[in-house]
Amino acid sequence: MYKSEAASWFRIYEMFEFGSFHMYGIIGSALLIGVLGVQIIKRKNIKAMGGQEMQLNPKEMSIPRYLIGGIIFGLGWALAGACPGPMYVLAGSGYISILVVIAAALFGTFVYGLLRHKLPH
Amino acid sequence: MEWIYEPWPWYFSGPLIAVTMFVLLYTGKQFGMSSNLRTMCSIGGAGKAADFFKFDWKKERWNLMVVLGAVLGGFFASTYLSSNTVEINEQVANKLSTEYGINSAGEAYMPTEIFALENLGNPLVLFVLIAGGFMVGFGARYAGGCTSGHAISGLSNLQLPSLIAVIGFFIGGLIMIHLLYPLIF
Repeated sequence: MYKSEAASWFRIYEMFEFGSFHMYGIIGSALLIGVLGVQIIKRKNIKAMGGQEMQLNPKEMSIPRYLIGGIIFGLGWALAGACPGPMYVLAGSGYISILVVIAAALFGTFVYGLLRHKLPH
Repeated sequence: MEWIYEPWPWYFSGPLIAVTMFVLLYTGKQFGMSSNLRTMCSIGGAGKAADFFKFDWKKERWNLMVVLGAVLGGFFASTYLSSNTVEINEQVANKLSTEYGINSAGEAYMPTEIFALENLGNPLVLFVLIAGGFMVGFGARYAGGCTSGHAISGLSNLQLPSLIAVIGFFIGGLIMIHLLYPLIF
């Protein structure tokens, strides 16, 4: 994440400005290999270590949940310039301020847990 | 030895992300980073406030190891393998500088205007960090996943909910940068 610069605020900003192919290349190539690999796993019925099924369960269908939740996430992603994986990478890189972002993300998760039953899903 | 400090190109990094997902699938797990936020809330005792946090978080300890790995990876990459600067599109860098007063593109990995420790006392900076983090945490759980869980794992499995979520991520991101940034910065 760090070496690919996908953890950099600048790269996230640039992505939403459509200023470079870099981020799209990272996500796109990960996806291309991901889709092909998952298809192979399904066709050949490849099992996980120890013979158990792979965790490829479909999610429950809903539009408001994924759309509203997704938009809120996107607003935060573009503002803080970090999503939940790179946050930890940046913490390891010594950016103390990212700890504020992580704490706020924990609080956001907590508030979701409190309000979950009142939100459209 | 200069090459070692160069950023990795997308065609190396992207496939590496896919490999991460397959390793986790092979071990019977899933690639999804935002679940850790829920796990950490549960460890902190949030189960007392909401049922959502009453689950067997010990089963999710493996994912906290992924977090630890990310922290260590960030430490080693930034300390030994990087010049810690990011070159972005010149026009985009110019726009950041002239319109939003963010001049550190090309000189830093994260904008010093927002992430330098001495700017943490600035109310606007605090607002950006807290509001951004809050929406990331709230939105990820509402949408049932983040960039890793939906954009990589979910889309790799061709799941429609993940496609809707990813479209939402981009709607949110574009609104923030094209409509709200001029108001915030």
